[in-house]
Amino acid sequence: MSGTYDHDHGHDHDGHGHDVTQHDPEAAERNRVPYWGKRIYAIRELLIEKGILTAEDVQDQIDYMEARTPANGARMVARAWVDPAYKQRLLSNPKAACAEMGVDATSLTEFVVLENTEKVHNLVVCTLCSCYPRPILGRPPDWYKSFAYRSRAVVEPRAVMREFGTELPDDVDVRVFDSSADMRYLVLPRRPQGTEGLAEEELAALVTRDSMIGVTPAREPSNTAVMAS
Amino acid sequence: MTATFKSGDPVRVKAEERPGHIRTPAYVRGKLGWVERVHGEFRDPEKLAYGRDGLPRQPLYLVGFRQTDLWPERYAESPRDCLYVDIYEHWLEPVGAEGTQQ
Repeated sequence: MSGTYDHDHGHDHDGHGHDVTQHDPEAAERNRVPYWGKRIYAIRELLIEKGILTAEDVQDQIDYMEARTPANGARMVARAWVDPAYKQRLLSNPKAACAEMGVDATSLTEFVVLENTEKVHNLVVCTLCSCYPRPILGRPPDWYKSFAYRSRAVVEPRAVMREFGTELPDDVDVRVFDSSADMRYLVLPRRPQGTEGLAEEELAALVTRDSMIGVTPAREPSNTAVMAS
Repeated sequence: MTATFKSGDPVRVKAEERPGHIRTPAYVRGKLGWVERVHGEFRDPEKLAYGRDGLPRQPLYLVGFRQTDLWPERYAESPRDCLYVDIYEHWLEPVGAEGTQQ
């Protein structure tokens, strides 16, 4: 977006425009709307102009997407840690287990929950694009969509996890899931040691987005969290 | 369209090059694996991408591979590690058909 669009900065525009980007190539680069961005704006304007969608429809959908966060998945994982029957339902029928926790997973895609154990560690990637369990976790992090992650996770998963600080013993098998079709994968991380006394909400705070993608384990409880319990 | 393969069946991913919107990653094409799980039937995204109806629905499988089979020259981590990819039926062939390839 060019600086000349912004008319709230209290000076006049006679003669030469005060487009800051003329003097600052770095700002020009930062403010540049890339090709695909322009295309999205153009399509949005057309849909509104032709009466197919209203501006409110578009905003509602954006708000809906923004409202979905990893906290949804974290609540489900914490419930599975404390309630073995819920864990079974989560593994056998993830959509129903989402609904049970008030998480809207009624989209077209199906879900598979992958349980990490003492012997098996699961890692999720989408080599073709950025398939991700968005209804449960929200939007994927940028690194998940990066060419480096997508190409390396399938051929050197342990090296990739090491860069996230995760060192797996040799006797733990690594299973990589390349989700490229109608299924979305969510990792059920292992419950950390020393969390026996924690309440479900405290456990949920240990379940990070990255642990549900599989690049890290769930967070270890801090001393303060244990003492607070 | 009912699923041809069942869980545990050995399968090979077709070693085909196809232009356009393809949901089978190149690195598994021609590779030998097994059916880990039958997911069900879905409209074919390779047709949906071009505004078609995607019918008949394609059975979708979770197919498992040994990492050392996928990357025989490169995989330097545990030989027990595996990789799983979702693959539609029209990309799979039964094992034993190698003779008809080439």
